This record gives sequence, structure tokens and C-alpha cells, in this order.
Amino acid sequence: MMTAFDRRTLLRGALGLGAVGLLPAWARAGEVGRSPAALSGEEIKLTVGHQMATIDGRSGHAVTVNGSLPGPLIRLKEGQNVRIAVTNALADEDTSIHWHGLLVPFQMDGVPGVAFPGIKPGETFTYDFPVRQAGTYWWHSHSGLQEQVGLYAPMIIDPAGEDPIGYDREHVVVLSDWSFLHPHALFRKLKVNPGHFNMQKQTFAGLLAGQDQSLKDRVAWGKMRMDPTDIADVTGSVYTYLVNGHGPGDNWTGLFASGERVRLRFINAAAMTIFNVRIPGLSLEVVAVDGQPVSPVSVDEFQMAPAETFDVIVRPTEDQAFTLVAEASDRSGLARGTLAPRLGMSAPIPPVRKRPLATMKDMGMGNMHGGMDMPGMDMSMRSQSNAPDVPLTPGVQTIAPMPMDRMAEPPQGLEDVGHKVLTYAQLANLHESTDKRPPGRTIEIHLTGNMERFMWAFDGEAFGPIKKPIAFRRDERVRVVLINDTMMAHPIHLHGHFFELVNGQERQPLKHTVNVAPGGKVAFDLTASEPGDWAFHCHLLLHMHAGMFNVVTVRPLDGEAA
Amino acid sequence: MILDLQHEQHQAADPHAGHDMGSMKPAAEAAPPPVVTPRAADRLFDPKAMAAARAQLMVEHGGASVWTVRADQLEYRARKGADAQAFEGEAWWGTDAGKWVVKARGERIDGEGWEKGEAELLKAWPIGPYFDLQAGVRYDLAPPKLSKGGRSYAALGFEGLAPYWFEVQGAAYLSDRGDVSARAEASYDLRLTQKLILQPRVEADLAEAGAATLEGGLRLRYEITREFAPYVGVVRERAFGPAVVAGERAGSTAVVIGVRAWR
Repeated sequence: MMTAFDRRTLLRGALGLGAVGLLPAWARAGEVGRSPAALSGEEIKLTVGHQMATIDGRSGHAVTVNGSLPGPLIRLKEGQNVRIAVTNALADEDTSIHWHGLLVPFQMDGVPGVAFPGIKPGETFTYDFPVRQAGTYWWHSHSGLQEQVGLYAPMIIDPAGEDPIGYDREHVVVLSDWSFLHPHALFRKLKVNPGHFNMQKQTFAGLLAGQDQSLKDRVAWGKMRMDPTDIADVTGSVYTYLVNGHGPGDNWTGLFASGERVRLRFINAAAMTIFNVRIPGLSLEVVAVDGQPVSPVSVDEFQMAPAETFDVIVRPTEDQAFTLVAEASDRSGLARGTLAPRLGMSAPIPPVRKRPLATMKDMGMGNMHGGMDMPGMDMSMRSQSNAPDVPLTPGVQTIAPMPMDRMAEPPQGLEDVGHKVLTYAQLANLHESTDKRPPGRTIEIHLTGNMERFMWAFDGEAFGPIKKPIAFRRDERVRVVLINDTMMAHPIHLHGHFFELVNGQERQPLKHTVNVAPGGKVAFDLTASEPGDWAFHCHLLLHMHAGMFNVVTVRPLDGEAA
Repeated sequence: MILDLQHEQHQAADPHAGHDMGSMKPAAEAAPPPVVTPRAADRLFDPKAMAAARAQLMVEHGGASVWTVRADQLEYRARKGADAQAFEGEAWWGTDAGKWVVKARGERIDGEGWEKGEAELLKAWPIGPYFDLQAGVRYDLAPPKLSKGGRSYAALGFEGLAPYWFEVQGAAYLSDRGDVSARAEASYDLRLTQKLILQPRVEADLAEAGAATLEGGLRLRYEITREFAPYVGVVRERAFGPAVVAGERAGSTAVVIGVRAWR
């Protein structure tokens, strides 16, 4: 397929895939009705193919499903069975589809080398599983870096009974990031030049103008070889941020009738972008997270990391358009859509706000400032005593001396935006936990990295032949503590399970992905109820590609002796 | 290769099938289970196909090879007397565990030909988060003025990022005639704006016989893209020891114009 765009449109950041047939029906602007068009039923066929999108004379390589980007919406019903036949029509590479957040038998999970061998060119693999849950999910490739070039799509599962979330109309809002640079090129440039895409570094001109850090702080951070502007690895300098495949200029529009309760099913399908989401003029009532209903919380803005989903109710009562803003966390660009009573309307787009600067707290130094003494604690950047089990490999740039539970804090960059921001600590499960046992043991996993070598790993060792898997006993209740020793947030995803975030709520919320703040720590309780081998990784695609990945084993398998 | 999974799945549908949840006692701090080999899928799929997929999984999750080629300096040096052209760059490829590095540099003087020209082939290993150890060989295509004929060396050095963002490298060389020499360089990128960068740089070369050269440069480059940055600058060179005694110019100053480029 070919599309043509003038340079100005391109420079404004409009990708323009939206104008033509690369978009599936559900993602097109102005779709009406309660349910977007979807693939459903017990037999579904998907074909993974390769397409070129030519934009302003530039060719972009996309991997698509059934010819669309994002892929088709799959809509299922809790309690049904489904057989999804996936055919690989790519010429020379394997593919796979992972059903993100779904409780499936491990061999249907779609991770090549862990769950199954992958799908070779020309082959068809039939995923066959019972649908055991309801909510907002998504699916994406787990092969190579196909997720970055288009292989992602939403999945909605309607509850078997009544939906605990009442609404009159819904829109699926898939956020993503697109680059004309091949993802392997993105990765290589980060390896060669780690700050490559950051066009918001501190400058001498900024120092003279009194911006950013003081000279004293700049010198102190320089001594540590730490860049406080390193918020995102890949930025708006090469990314166009998309809403349902639409660039900001294309302006995807979702319709509403005044007074309706509109359910927005936000899915962050970006490869590398954490989004700050808001709709100026509308309060966002968060009703479900990662597919699971939570006690409603009303906020003005929330942050969502790649792989997370948030269901939000808005209730516009005025006959006017509202701008849906999803700002990249480093403020280098935004995805934009519109909610309006009629097509063709738009509202002002707020300017991108100033990018945040990382602080000593983001380095795991607690609330301290550089140079303060803390008796009895080694506050140096890389002390073995602060993480005795983590080998100090070249991949470990820092060990957080005082990692803190930051779930009650607004996410990075949203500390002082002047309105209500969602925190993880506000989330409470709508339902009682199904497993009330206290955890039988606790394990700690360090999220480690070296920004200067673009190395990312768990516990200092990238995934590889010598990496030991994380072992769980089937049905045991375990507390997992994730300690972020790096200065970047990492959305950590466990396949095949939900875990309960230990966030101070009596009803701990269920999640499949948790974004661990820089220098922060997060605990979750897990019932290892799903036997098999499961991927466990950072959902920033290039962090995973760099080695922040491991396998979780849950034993015994069915039919195996305990 | 793909087996009939119908039976397996439906069995797995109920995660608690066959387990009496009530009888499980929460232990205060239970022992972790033994670590098993993550090979559950081998029971259901062709183990050979799984082994191939696992090998690919390793490559795609931490095992990737990376390469780059770069010219740090590619410049014209205008100065009193004969003008010159100079080049300095390197290429590397490999993984986080180890890389191969090729370094090359040369200077050509109008009317005199190659003043120096050399290449190094090194193996590099990471030592700590910021530095690589490098060891290998160096060959001088155009040998220094004081020596005769081509020359080869064993090289042992380091390259990395020092505190305060100084890029540093250094090496010691042992020639095929038993001479020892050494070289060290440091540079700093002062970011005036996002794209305009002022780079001071110093280099010292020391030879066993007491000969030494010191070079200081100041280059102002504009990054049209990160990968392509033309620059202007000034370079001051000064020789010490036998070279000076031999009647050579003790020092020279050049105005330079060039480009820094990499891929």
C-alpha cells in the first residue's frame, strides 16, 4: 500500500497511516456504537505479513496482521474456547504471537524458545485455549523486534456475567511509537552512543540561562557519569507517537453523545515509550488496570508504561471536543486524539511540558542529597554490601544504596503538575483476593543496567546460557521484591500470571506488568498457579533485547511427580 | 513438529485440578524449590526445534552483536609551511563480552607525503562499567621519522569514560626492535547547545629514547545529525627531545576544518 504526504505533515509528526487501508475498522476515526468491529467467535484466522508504508517518499517497513497496523481487534467472551490459527506469510523470519495478560496453558503463550518453537515462514500454528477471564488485554509478537514495526493489537474479553463496569459506549485507545529507523538500527545506535536520541540534554547555554541543574550539581553528576536528562532511550527525535495507528496530525476521533459514560480502554502497545495520559477538561475515572477491575479512582492524569492497560470512564456533558493527550514521559513528543460529539471537531493541543530531571532519589539515594553521610550505610554508587547477591559485572553501573517503595508517589515527571495524578498506591482490587495465604517466602530480583554501555539485565547477568531460571513451586505463594538499581523506570512483565501489588491496600490490585520507578522497589505477591515455563522481562523492547529477560519455571507440570 | 495439544490444554484449564489447596501450610520462610531446567515445552514440541528456538532466544535477549565505524577526525590542516591532511578513526564489532577493534590514523603533508600512518587490531574486554582493556598489534605503514622501514608492535591499552565525562584512552607499545613507547589521549565534549559542541583534546606520545610529542586541539563541531558533524578548530603540536635536536620544527599551529562521522 502507498500513501503520500507532504513534508510539512511529516515534520508535524503525522505518520498518516490512518488515511488509508492499513488501519483496521476499529481504529478508524469516528467509529460509532458500543462495540468496535472485531474478530470474534471460536475460530479466528490471522496472517502475519510484511508491508511497506511509503510516506513522503520514505519507505517504512511494517510487519502487519491481516494487512493492518495495529492488527485486528479480537473480542472474546469469558468462558468460551478459541482456536486462533496464525499463518506466517513473512518471507524469511519466524514470527509468534503472545496473548498479553491472558491466562493460557504455557505452550499457548507464544514465546519462541520458551513456550513453543515459534512459527516458521509458511507455517501455521493454531493457538487453542479456554478463555478464563474478562477485561482489556492486547497481543503482540515475541519474535525479534516485530512489535516495534507494527505487530500489536488489542484484545477485549467480555465478562460471562454482568460487567462490573457500567458504560454506554466504549473506545479502544491503543498508544504506540513508530520510527522509520529499523529497530535493529535503534538498538545499534544506543549501543554505540547511549544518549543518541536525547535531544534535551543539559547545555552550557542552559547553564548561562539558569536552566536545569546548578553548576555544582552538574559537576557532582558529571563525577558520577550520570545524566539526569536520561529519561527515555528512544525519543520523539525519531518517534512518531500514535493513537490507534494515527499520528497527531491525523487526529483519531472517538465520538460520544453528551452525558454518556464513555469507557476508554487504554493500551500502551509502545515498544519504548512511557506515556502520561490526560484529557484536559475531563476527569478520568480509573476503573480497571491490566484488565482487572479496581475500585474507581478519579484523577486528572495517569502514567502508563508499555504493556499496561488502563480502563477509564469519562463523562463529557458539554457539546464540545476534548483533546486526548498522551505525552511521552521525557516530553519529547505526544500522541493525540480527540473525543467529540461529531466528526471534524477538535480542541486545543496543550504544549508539551518541560522534561523532568532525574534526582538523587531516582538513583536510589532515598531523600538524600549528594555528600550527606548516612552512618552504617555505604552510600557509594556501586557497593557490594548493598546487594551481596548481585555480581558487580560491567553491566552494573550502580547499586541503589537506599531503594524506596515509591508506589505512593506520583510517577516520574508528574510530581508537581498541579492536578490529581494516579499512583499505584491508590489502586484497590474491586474483588476479594482468591488466595489469602501469606507468602511462604520472599525473593529479591535486582533490575540492573549500565546506561553507558546500554546493558540491561536482572541481577547483573543478561539472559544467556548460564542464567538460572527463577523457580517456583506450583501453587506456592511467594513475595517477589523488585529492586531498581538503575536510573530508569522498568515495566516488568510476568507471563501467564497475575500478581498482587503490595501497595498498602487491603485488597491488593492484580497486575501483569508493574512499572518500577528509578531507584525504587516494588513488592508483589504471587500464587504460582500456572505450571510451565514463562517469560519474565522488562517490557521496554530494547531493554529486553539487551538481556533484561529470564524464564520463570513453575513445577511440577501436569502429570509430573511433585 | 506441532503436536496435537487439545488434550494437554484442557487438562491445564483448571490450575488447581488435583491439588488440595486447604492442606498447604504457609511456612514462615519456606526453602526455595530446586532450580529446574526450563524445558517444559520439549515435552510437547520437537526438542530439536525447541533447541534452535532457544539458541535464537539467547541471541535476541542479550546476545546481539553490534558494530560501528567512525572517523573522529577527518580534516585539512592549514598551517605555516606545508599544509596537511589528517585522519583518525576506529571500527569495532562484537558483543558485551568482547569486541574486536580496529584503529587507524594517519597524517599526510603536502609535498612530503605520509608523515605517519598506522593501524591497530585489538581485542577488547570490558573491565568495570566504563572501561575496556585492549590488547593486540599495531603496524606503522609510514613509520616515525626517526625509525627506518615499517614497524610492528605489541599493544596493550585501555579506552573508556572517566569521571566528569572525559573520554580517555592510552596504550603502551613494544616494537619488533624492543623499543617501548606509550600514548595517552583525553577529550571532553562541552555541549554549548544540543547540536553545537566544543571539544578540547590532548594527546601525548612518549618514546623510550626521550622523544615526545604533545598535541592539543580545540574543535567546534555542529552535529547536523549525531552521525555527521563538520567542525572547525585549531591544533597545536610540539615535539620534544631528539626530534628537536635534529633540527626539526619544534612546534606548529594549524587551523583545521573537517568532519566527524560515524555509522
